[in-house]
Amino acid sequence: MSGASDVIIVGGGLMGSSAALFLRGHGLSVTLLETDLIGRQASGTNFGNVRRQGRPIHQLPLANRAIAIWRQSRELLGADVEYLQSGHIRVCYRERPELVGSMEEYAANARAEGLELELLSGNALRDQFPFFGPDVLAGSYSATDGHANPRLAAPAFARAAARLGAVIHENTKIVDAQKVGEDFIVTAADGRTFRAPILLITAGAWGNALSSQFGEPVPIVPKGPNMSVTEPVPYSILPAVGVMTPLEEETVYFRQVARGNIVLGGSTRGPSFPDQYRAYVEPQNTLSQLKHIRRLAPQLGKLNIIRVWSGIEGYMPDSQPVMGPSATTSGLYYAFGFSGSGFQIGPGVGETMAEIIAKGATDIPIQPYRIERFATPS
Amino acid sequence: MSRFVRLGETDRPIITVHVDGKPVDALEGDTLMVALLSSGSMLRQSEFGPEKRAGFCLMGACQDCWVWTESGDRLRACSTLAASGQQIVTSQPGASWSNHA
Amino acid sequence: MVEPRIIIVGAGPAGTRAAEACVQAGIRPIVLDEGRRDGGQIYRRQPDNFTRPYAKLYGSEAGRAQALHETFDGLKGKIDYRPETLVWNIAGGQVWTASQTYQDALPYDALLLCTGATDRLMPVKGWQFAGSYSLGGAQVALKSQAVSIGHKVVFMGSGPLLYLVASQYVEAGAHVVAVLDTAPYSARIKALPDLLAVPSVLWNGVALTMKLKRAGVAVYNGIKPMEINGNAAEGVSGIRFRTGAGVEQQVACDAVAMGHHLRPETQLADLARCAFVFDPVTRQWLPERDGDGRSSVAGIYLAGDGAKILGARSAEASGRLGALAALADLGLPVDKGEMASLRGDVGTYAKFARGLAKAFPWPSEQASQLPDDALLCRCEGVTAGDLRAVMRETGAQEANRAKAFSRVGMGRCQGRYCGLAAAELIAAEADIPVEQVGRLRAQAPVKPLTIAIGDDQ
Repeated sequence: MSGASDVIIVGGGLMGSSAALFLRGHGLSVTLLETDLIGRQASGTNFGNVRRQGRPIHQLPLANRAIAIWRQSRELLGADVEYLQSGHIRVCYRERPELVGSMEEYAANARAEGLELELLSGNALRDQFPFFGPDVLAGSYSATDGHANPRLAAPAFARAAARLGAVIHENTKIVDAQKVGEDFIVTAADGRTFRAPILLITAGAWGNALSSQFGEPVPIVPKGPNMSVTEPVPYSILPAVGVMTPLEEETVYFRQVARGNIVLGGSTRGPSFPDQYRAYVEPQNTLSQLKHIRRLAPQLGKLNIIRVWSGIEGYMPDSQPVMGPSATTSGLYYAFGFSGSGFQIGPGVGETMAEIIAKGATDIPIQPYRIERFATPS
Repeated sequence: MSRFVRLGETDRPIITVHVDGKPVDALEGDTLMVALLSSGSMLRQSEFGPEKRAGFCLMGACQDCWVWTESGDRLRACSTLAASGQQIVTSQPGASWSNHA
Repeated sequence: MVEPRIIIVGAGPAGTRAAEACVQAGIRPIVLDEGRRDGGQIYRRQPDNFTRPYAKLYGSEAGRAQALHETFDGLKGKIDYRPETLVWNIAGGQVWTASQTYQDALPYDALLLCTGATDRLMPVKGWQFAGSYSLGGAQVALKSQAVSIGHKVVFMGSGPLLYLVASQYVEAGAHVVAVLDTAPYSARIKALPDLLAVPSVLWNGVALTMKLKRAGVAVYNGIKPMEINGNAAEGVSGIRFRTGAGVEQQVACDAVAMGHHLRPETQLADLARCAFVFDPVTRQWLPERDGDGRSSVAGIYLAGDGAKILGARSAEASGRLGALAALADLGLPVDKGEMASLRGDVGTYAKFARGLAKAFPWPSEQASQLPDDALLCRCEGVTAGDLRAVMRETGAQEANRAKAFSRVGMGRCQGRYCGLAAAELIAAEADIPVEQVGRLRAQAPVKPLTIAIGDDQ
């Protein structure tokens, strides 16, 4: 037996790393197990949006909890994860005027949850943010959203957790998890075993492999984000920007980091292969992303991209995560399947899961995320 | 003072390229890099350090010699031919997309 | 039978000979090349309106250069030649190209990657100052533009190219101040048995050194570079180094050409998902291939210095051999005897290349000796100290991990010029073998790609 602790966390992404940190805050001993290295897939390869607007209204309390953590991340983590509260704009195009109504309705509902959004006409947007193209009809501006660096975030949470005593094993691929008596026994590919009375699965696209061992399979689909980055240019674009549209191909977004590179994301997602631990950027998706970026911000057409990347993300059919206690097994908890939208809420998920595990309850609404929604009626 | 020194092939027609608004004589067949560094000594300002840069590999691999045209296009100086009428600037022209200021 | 589609990437020695073999077999290959003209880097052709004769441009290799260029000229009309075309990705059985804003995706039955090499660099404090150039870059300046990179030039590093380019500069009338070779002379003596595999090239090298000395160029062996002196506004002003005897010296100059032999451009092989192996002699990760050039991926062949640094002569042989292997695999008749003979040639050059690697060793220890304030990554402005601090803070010991945290290798050149040195620094700091640090994974685009790509299509 390699170790006994109060909690075993399987999956060292942002969810698992932040849960480890907050569990230590509750005084529980934690063992965090990661197949590869901390935060290398969905958590490390996503766009880096720290965006509340556009999330389901029922998710805003969780997002608000998260933003409070992002704001104090430097002190909490003792590291700079390049969090910038520099605003976020969601825009729609001329051929979809009906979306302006959706934006207005969303803004009204969001206000009730403490998120202030300002609606701007296309011309008002272009006055303030001259990079927008003529096709932009209107936009919703959130001054208190922003962005951060995904490559740095999850590892910084994990290091902070380790400083507080969490035990972290990287390069530890878990192949089996069972409950034996009061304890979970978790076995790694190399035969090491870990034991604890509580097990938290934060294994992203690999989550289903573990939940299935407890009779709770979920229809998770692995995909990969479609990302690019430009050469560095003088820092002049403050907010993160994204398109609101029902078409995946049109859904592009960009943000400029303080060093000057502009990170581009979106359009069609690529395939990813959790078993082989690989994700690929398909060239046609890069091209389609650049085409839609040109429409959103034509001036960016003068720049070059210098790198593309992807990673392994787990998508649920309703785009909502699996988050909360198991319906079959006491002491078992889940937080995975964040469907390409987990980065902003990640620290809030970690704090909430720690709270549920340590205190048995939370005020954050997690009903929409319960795993039972995928149970086959018997 | 020039950085590069011409060692031959000087019997070529002269062309005029504009660099930061000033006319610069070059020879037909010059790359933009040779045109700029045969009359001046720098191509651009480094983004992350105090130093000026003047290219490095001359074969399109290091990407250290990108300059701007007056209209905001990017040109790799080592692999672009100099041509009469080019308007080159060695720093980014007023970012037309800027939301600062 | 529908003619199989063969795509050749690169129009240097390997690509030219591969294209020739295809045409001889009755196939019209597509030849994609970034250059404005064929010839690659080593036999780079000067612009049309330049008049220097072959002997002046290529010295002892003039005959080979001319033969290669004439072969290529003879192929025009029989090949689909696309110059100034970047292959920015390979995926889904297609080669993805960009030429200005025009983009294309070309399927293939066989793909020959003849992607050539770039200089292998060991950073030296101050190498960010204007006036520092790669050795290959210094040669390109002279060969294709008839200019010297400076008024007073120092050649520093190691490898056969160091002496070749220095003597070409002298011959062209440039002011060469010194040749500073990090390899001790004793290494060359030890490498003699392997170098004698190709005696003519060995004697060429000896003659170059004598020529330099006769021209009054100071030649130092076994030096340790300490610093490229200079300042942000004016660039390079001199070199500070330690002689083989350990004495500190300075030379004044306004330009330095640096390099330690070459490294293959393997990004496309990586994007095409070819397997890589670590080569302990050169301390580089190289794409796997069989004796004929077949990669681990069916239908993809690797030839020339883009697969392994074996020199231009070997590239001509391996380019032809790779094409013959591809033709044979496509079911076309090929001369098996010729293939065997080409294999023998490539083997001989491989022995010579091993000798060169021993004679001019990669000074891996210099990476760990870089002072904290020396720039390691020129693109992102990351110092050796920055990387060391990241390693201490995060425990990163793997190349891509260290890149993700420190930005070393994350810039425009994609780690071409700092990646190998960064790996050596990490290995030394972590006290692990350099192969355990791994290699920077290639990420498309292979070179910067305009966001305007495909705009008017």
